Parts: sequence; structure tokens; C-alpha cells
Amino acid sequence: MEKQTYNNAVVRWIDDRLPIFSFMDHEYNQFPMPKNLNYWWNFGALATVVLVAMIVTGIVLAMHYTPHTSMAFDSVEHIMRDVNYGWLIRYIHANGASMFFIVVYIHIFRGLYYGSYKAPRELLWMIGVVILLLMMATAFMGYVLPWGQMSFWGAKVITNLFSAIPLVGESVVEWLWGGYTVDNATLNRFYSLHYLLPFVIVGVVVLHIAALHVTGSNNPDGIDMKGPQDSVPFNPYFTAKDSVGLGVFLLIWAAFVFYAPDYLGHPENYIEANPLVTPPHIVPEWYFLPFYAILRAITFDVWFIEAKLMGVLLMFASILVLFILPWLDTSKVRSCRYRPIYKWFFWVLLIDCVVLGWVGANKPEGMFPLIGLIGTGYYFFHFLILLPILGKIETPLPLPTSISESVTRRSGAPAGATAATGGNA
Amino acid sequence: MKKALILGLVACSLMAAPVQAAEDAEAPKSVDWSFDGIFGHYDRASLQRGMQVYKEVCAACHGMRLLAYRNLMDLGYSEAQVKAFASQYEVQNEDPNDEGEMFNRPALPSDRFVSPFPNEQAARASNGGALPPDLSLIVKARAGGADYIYSVLSGYAEAPKDLKKPDTLHYNPYFPGQLIAMPPPLTEGAVEYADGTKATVDQLSYDVTNFLTWASSPKLEAQKSTGFKVVLFLLVFTGLLIAVKKKVWSAVH
Ligand code: HEC
Ligand code: HEM
Repeated sequence: MEKQTYNNAVVRWIDDRLPIFSFMDHEYNQFPMPKNLNYWWNFGALATVVLVAMIVTGIVLAMHYTPHTSMAFDSVEHIMRDVNYGWLIRYIHANGASMFFIVVYIHIFRGLYYGSYKAPRELLWMIGVVILLLMMATAFMGYVLPWGQMSFWGAKVITNLFSAIPLVGESVVEWLWGGYTVDNATLNRFYSLHYLLPFVIVGVVVLHIAALHVTGSNNPDGIDMKGPQDSVPFNPYFTAKDSVGLGVFLLIWAAFVFYAPDYLGHPENYIEANPLVTPPHIVPEWYFLPFYAILRAITFDVWFIEAKLMGVLLMFASILVLFILPWLDTSKVRSCRYRPIYKWFFWVLLIDCVVLGWVGANKPEGMFPLIGLIGTGYYFFHFLILLPILGKIETPLPLPTSISESVTRRSGAPAGATAATGGNA
Repeated sequence: MKKALILGLVACSLMAAPVQAAEDAEAPKSVDWSFDGIFGHYDRASLQRGMQVYKEVCAACHGMRLLAYRNLMDLGYSEAQVKAFASQYEVQNEDPNDEGEMFNRPALPSDRFVSPFPNEQAARASNGGALPPDLSLIVKARAGGADYIYSVLSGYAEAPKDLKKPDTLHYNPYFPGQLIAMPPPLTEGAVEYADGTKATVDQLSYDVTNFLTWASSPKLEAQKSTGFKVVLFLLVFTGLLIAVKKKVWSAVH
């Protein structure tokens, strides 16, 4: 890293001893970004903003929340009713979890569409999958804290899954619970971990971004930057562009917080947890619905594996398969722009995930179990069979020779004209 | 491609919509509430009437343990009125007296609403085994919200002839399962409104539902008016950011 010389004596003094100013200059001010990035590249920055907002609101909530089964529900209502702007803090946090998942799911599908998981970004991608797993654990435990009916029964159903593990299942579940049922010990450990994990996420995000700064960003054409004519410095170009996305995103978030704060939640969770009354229909939060569908997809024993265990295995496999995705996709071409066949299957996969979510939201009755089974089958077919084969048989379209050539061609402007293109999909 | 992705997201969010009340119940009536919409606010006169309905009718069976008497000042009552109101109820003092004995005293504005029954067993014993739920959060705790509560209260009907039902249950097409243990709580003229409003069943249901909605979401007005300012600010701010972005990128090609 090149050291800068600074005019300000204090800055120079610090930078000579700890070059944070040089570092920022190098990794932010001058960091080269492909100039053809479109708005789908906003979502990593948006995820970072949500993560920070969740931590800040979470810390304030923790000042007023009481992690005890007899007080948790009332302490949340105390926040809603008595704490100054408590309603605002809680609604930002509750809806923030949904926003986090929307943003990260878009971020992931962006990666799938433009092949961002391929060499040399495999590790960057895998770190991303770790973040996803940590987010899921954090969100799941956070939802238990208000100690409503869905909190309690959701926790019970999901922790009970581990009882499907042969031999040690029951002991594992008791170990998770810290007792013989979901109770105060469970609530306390979930609270402790819900406070801890976001900071672990911060650490992993730092690794994620460190890895990103080694390879640089992928781009909609999926070709490498070849020189300065292909890039612009992060600041001010992406500071400006990410800010636009942030403004729009905050508008959407605010619309939920102020005008539909309970829309994404479940009314049942405004009833205090009661171990003696099972709600008629236990459903997880929307962002877990596709996984919930996969969990319930198998209704028959497969060979010697019980149906329940099979469901659990598939649910975990549906995320773990993302870890080996870089090696399952055999195509050398990254971006869907130049993959005429895979492009369609990308959309089929997206629709498959939405359908699985729809199945997850409904009781497993009528046609839903069958749709769930087909959707689950397709999900694994896509990754395990389709991708390896497709890379071998598909003839990609010719790639542009460079990013700058692609930009000029797409904007339709002759080289040298001043066309204000941020690039678009 | 963008359009398709947005459609996908919309589909996602629709799926996540709260599952409506049980399939076998009638869809709730749709009411125009003053608290709906971007500028939503509570109708203070209706809240006060609704409070009267709760106090004179519902409080015989239902508690509202999350409300404190002081919260009633939100409805437009003075401190003195709230003090007088609270003092009609009796609560046990938190600390014993000098002889070490617990004693009762009149409730203060800082006390929470006194519930009609000391515990669940007592509540069930007085209601033929059914439990009248606490109403502090009832509007948020039911799919369909205020419309649903209003519909249940005003929607009791003659049971269909062929329906066999125990005498302790009452026919109400809006309640999941259609048989509810609560006897029709409201009848024409059940309370005498001080402001002369005619106490029809619809009016009573409307007023008490307004009151219950306020009890569930006491900060709704602050929420909506803050929201309006925040959204307005973000719109202007995002507009500026778009202009800045255009300017910054104008030289890139
Ligand atoms: C005689 C006692 C009694 C009175 C008076 C009474 N209720 Fe109820 N209420 C009940 C019982 C019992 C239930 C439980 C019904 C059930 O679970 O089937 C109930 C249930 C309810 C419910 C919940 C319905 C649901 O979806 O689960 C609401 C809302 C309600 N009452 C509102 C009121 C209001 C408002 C008033 C005053 C106008 C009132 N009640 C007066 C006994 C009463
Ligand atoms: C807390 C959640 C996350 C945060 C805060 C985050 C943050 C970021 C940021 C700031 C970037 C750079 C900007 C961009 O390219 O959009 C980025 C890039 C990337 N992220 Fe994430 N991310 C998160 C989760 C994930 C997950 C779950 C995955 C995949 C499973 C993932 C995969 C990637 C990849 C592959 C890139 C490089 C993209 C490219 O240059 O094309 N990220 N991330």
C-alpha cells in the first residue's frame, strides 16, 4: 500500500504511526470499481447499513427488555407504551430483520445471475453463505425474545427438529433447551446468543469485504477489468450511486415501520406464550418459509431414513449446497447476459423459491405436499444436476472485449460522448 | 428483468400476508376507521364513549392489564378526572403497613387497570369454562384487526335452524368456528351516552372497537405523523441524491 503525505500535521503524525488514512484512501477513495455496475450492486452496501441499524436499535431495546418468561412479553409492551420512542425503535428492529433478508436474498440472487461465485471469488461467496447462516440463527433466536405464542411454538417446533438425529437426538434437544421443554433457560440462552451473533456477523462481514478487496467486484458482463479505462474510483462514483439506492431503500423500510409495522409479523405473537395452548397454524417468519417447505417436503421414509430426519437433512443441505456451488457450475462464463440457456433456468429457480415459500405458508393439506415435494426436488436438481451439465453443453454468446467497450455499446452513444449511464440490467 | 424480479418480490410479500381468520368464518365487515390511512388519528369523542362501554359492560369479564389509569389522559380526560376514575377501584398496596400487614387502598393513576378476576381459574369458573381474554392487545392479536373485532361484537345472529349447539355457546358467523362462548355483550341502549349519541348495537361496537384499537396501539398517531415527516424528508433527500449521482456520473462513458 502506498503511503500518502498529508498536509495536516496531526493527520500526518497519526498516519506515520498507524496508516489508517492511507488505508482508507487506498480501499475507499481510490479503490477501482468496474464502471458498468448496475443498481443490483447496491445491495451489499445496503446489507451493511441494515446490519449497523439492527445493532444500534438492538442495543437500545436490550436496555429495556427483560429476558424472563414471566416478564419478557410485558417488557416488550413496556417498550411499546412507556419508553420514549420505544415503539419506533422496536418497529425499526422488527421490520429491519425482514429488510435484512430481502436485501441479502436479492444480493445472493444477484450473485447467481452474474456468476459472482466463480473463480476467483469462491471464498468470498462461501463467506457470504456463512453470513446467511449466522443471520438465520440470529433472526430465529430474536423472534423468540418477545415470548409470544409464535415465539414459543416456533422455537419448540424448530428445536424439536434435532430430535430426529438418530440415538443422540433427544439429548441434543434437551441440551439446546437447557431443560425438558422450551422454558426460561431457553429464553435466556437465546437472548445471550442473539446479542452475540450480530457481532460475529460483523467480523465475518469484515472478512467478506477483505476478500472482495482482493478480487475486486464482479460486474454485469462478468469479465475482468483490464485497465483504468474499465474502472472508476469508488469515491465519489459509488458513494453517490449507493446513496441513491439507500434513499429508496430507506423509503421502503420507513413505509413498513410507520404505516404497516405489523404487516410482516403474525397477530398470534401479540398473545403471550402459553405452553398449554397450541396455535391452530404454526408458521415461521416469511423469510424462512421456503426452508420450512423443504423441511416438510418428505412425507415418507426414504430407505432406512425416517421422513422427519430426511426433511431436516434436506433443509440444511439446501443451504450447504451453496457452499459447493462454485464447483457445481462448470461454465467458464460468469454472467447470464452471455449464457442463453442458463439465463432461463435462473428465473425458474427464483420462481421455484417463491413457490416453496408459498407452500411453506400453507398447511400441508390438499395439493401443497405434492407441490412442496416437486419444488424441493427441482431446487436440488437445479444445483446438483442442471448446473454441472449445462456448463458443458451450452454455447455462450461472444463476450465483449472489455468493460469500456460494453458500456459504450450498451449506452448506444459513440465513444467519447458524455452519456450519463450508470449501466442498467 | 427488473420487472420480473420486482414481481417476484411482490409475490413474496403477498405470501407473507397474515393468514386470514379461519376459513370457515365469514370475512369481517369493512369499516371506515378514522385511524386508517396516512393521516390516521383517533376520534376522541368515540374513544371516550368506547371507554364508557368497556367500563360499564366488558370490564365485568375482561381485564386490560397493560393499561394504566394515567393512560386515559390520552383520551382527553383531565388529571383530576383520571384521579377520580382510578379511585373507584381498589388495589393491594405493594408494601405492607407498619404492622407488617398488606392492605388495600384506592387505585392511583399510576396503577394498572384492575382485572375482574384474580386468576384464570376464577375467570373460567364464572364463564362456563371459557376464558375471556385480556383486551389490552386484542386488536393486534387477531387477524383482521379492528374490522374483525367490530364484526364479532355487532355480528351475533340467529343460529341456522339445523345447527345443533350447546346452550352455553352462541352463534356468531364472524368468529372462527362460529360458536362463541361470550353471550352477545351489547344490546341497544346498553349504556347511556353522556353526549346524547344513540346507543345502537352498531354504535356501541364501533365506539368500543375504537377504544380497543387505541389500547392496542396507543402511539398510532405519533407513528403516523412522524412517518409522514420522515417519508417527506426521504423523498426530498433521495431526489437530491439522484441529482448528485447524475452530476457525478455525467463524465463517465
Ligand atoms: C359475561 C362475560 C363477558 C362480557 C360482559 C363480555 N365478554 Fe367478551 N368474551 C367473554 C368470553 C367468555 C370470551 C371467550 C369466548 C370464546 O373463547 O369462545 C370472550 C371473548 C371476547 C373476545 C375475543 C374473540 C376472539 O376472537 O377470540 C373479544 C374481542 C371480546 N370478548 C370483546 C368483548 C367486549 C368488547 C365486550 C364489551 C362490549 C365483552 N367482550 C363483554 C365473556 C364476556
Ligand atoms: C450481512 C450480510 C452481508 C453483507 C453486509 C454483505 C456485504 C457485501 C458488500 C458491502 C459487498 C460489496 C458490494 C456489492 O458487491 O454488492 C458484497 C459483495 C459480495 N457478497 Fe455480500 N454481504 C452479505 C451477505 C452475503 C451473502 C449471504 C452472500 C452469498 C451467499 C454474499 C455474496 C457476495 C458476493 C459473491 C460478493 C461479491 C459480489 C460481486 O462483486 O459481484 N454476501 N457483500
